[in-house]
Amino acid sequence: MITIEDLTVSYGAVQALRNVSFVAETGRITAVLGANGAGKTTLLRTISGLKEPKNGSIRMGELSLVNKRTENIARLGIGHVPEGRGVIGEFTVEENLRLGAMMAKVNLRQGLDEQYAQFPVLGERRKQHAAKLSGGERQMLAMARALIAKPSVLLLDEPSLGLAPLVTAQLMHTIRSLCETSDLTVILVEQNASSALRIAHHAVVLHVGKSVANDTAENVAADENLRQYYLGLVE
Amino acid sequence: MDPFLTSRIVSDILTGLTNGVIFGMVALSLVLIWRSTGILNFAQGAMPMFATYVGFALLSYHWGYWPCVVACVIAGLLLGGLTERLLVRGLYGKPEINPIVVMVGFLIVLEAVAASIWSSTPRSLPSPFSSFDWHLGGKPLSLSPFTVYEIATALIVMAAVAALFRFTKLGLQLRASALAPEVSRLLGVRVGRLLTLGWMLATVVGVITTILVSGGFFSGLTPQVMDGIFAYGFIAAAIGGLESPVGAIVAGVVLGIVNQFVDDFVNQNAVIIIALVILIVSLMIRPSGVFAKSVQRRV
Repeated sequence: MITIEDLTVSYGAVQALRNVSFVAETGRITAVLGANGAGKTTLLRTISGLKEPKNGSIRMGELSLVNKRTENIARLGIGHVPEGRGVIGEFTVEENLRLGAMMAKVNLRQGLDEQYAQFPVLGERRKQHAAKLSGGERQMLAMARALIAKPSVLLLDEPSLGLAPLVTAQLMHTIRSLCETSDLTVILVEQNASSALRIAHHAVVLHVGKSVANDTAENVAADENLRQYYLGLVE
Repeated sequence: MDPFLTSRIVSDILTGLTNGVIFGMVALSLVLIWRSTGILNFAQGAMPMFATYVGFALLSYHWGYWPCVVACVIAGLLLGGLTERLLVRGLYGKPEINPIVVMVGFLIVLEAVAASIWSSTPRSLPSPFSSFDWHLGGKPLSLSPFTVYEIATALIVMAAVAALFRFTKLGLQLRASALAPEVSRLLGVRVGRLLTLGWMLATVVGVITTILVSGGFFSGLTPQVMDGIFAYGFIAAAIGGLESPVGAIVAGVVLGIVNQFVDDFVNQNAVIIIALVILIVSLMIRPSGVFAKSVQRRV
């Protein structure tokens, strides 16, 4: 479980997040929605320690994550799939996965087999350089690289970005089934609100750094005001 | 072909190869640092020189050659690590000119301190093997037990570095840290420690090179022992591509052999000119280096 309280983050004089609070429950998907510049990516980067907060707290269970180094936060079991996927193009698919498995105490062979079973196309392309994969395949690789370490929390930053609608639907289905089959806590940052709301249990809507909604995904999806003014979902 | 000419060509190839592996080692150590930190270490000759003086200072305490070599390597590890932590760490992300000025300054300081402690007089090091050439049919072969030791050691070091990067977990982390530091941190890789380790590794490669260069019967250790060799190593790294360890080594070996032929068949003064001409032409044709991959880094 990730608990965020009164989180404020600044870039110089500009406040990217202002007093944001919410709880991402264990085994649930929490969608963080909002337009460009709402502060969604900053939120994930702050949880991972890439950005220091000005105020507020971030806790994993009872453990504070504030002022911890990124690599130590990752070693606590927080997997972060960054915007743009972050696969290393010069590495093969398998090298990317080996890197992901390295810090976690998991059996590499077993971990690879599990990920290849989950994402068969990665198994077929295990010796290929990641730069040669399609956008969807790269996204799968980025997810598999995070999952091979068996994280307890998964932070996904715009996984649907640049993907075809069908691939996005498959990806969202995969995220949901991962959550249902394990106790994975997922914080899913998305601009594609309708796809995210279809699979999320809970949703937080950000608007220029402020939280304007923090409710069940069902309620957020049903709120006409939010749909129209903050999520761009016009019937 | 005239047997005299044949023996001259063979001799040039052997001598060029010996010099070339040394240039390749210097180029490799430059590439190791460039790839991981984007810094051109102009003190890459002086740092190993200093560590070699420190290690061989133990000769005064009746240490033998091999224990002194181990001491040099340890001194190199320490000097490389401390330099990265204390001098270089604050330079990451700063304008490119900053690390160049700092490392040139560090080179001058190290050479001055070495000269003041150990003097500039060449200091002969004990040699584990003879530097006198073998003879074939009564003629010298330009190959001695020491040059074989030089070439073999260089090849072993290069193979060890390649194996480290290609086959080990540590190598995978070193490569990842260089290519995508932020992503590596998100995966739990301690990038800061690996940068230090990269500098330690590069300095040790430099130390082994310096020991080989200074160890021959006809040379010796001086504070400036690596200056000229650094220049050729730098040229080799630029020709091969600063991103490519294999390119650096191959370019070093080729440069060594070409230099020797120019020295023998043209004249000694033309060596650096021809080397620079090769550099300029190769950079005009392949600005990123002959062996640089055309694909851009993608993360």
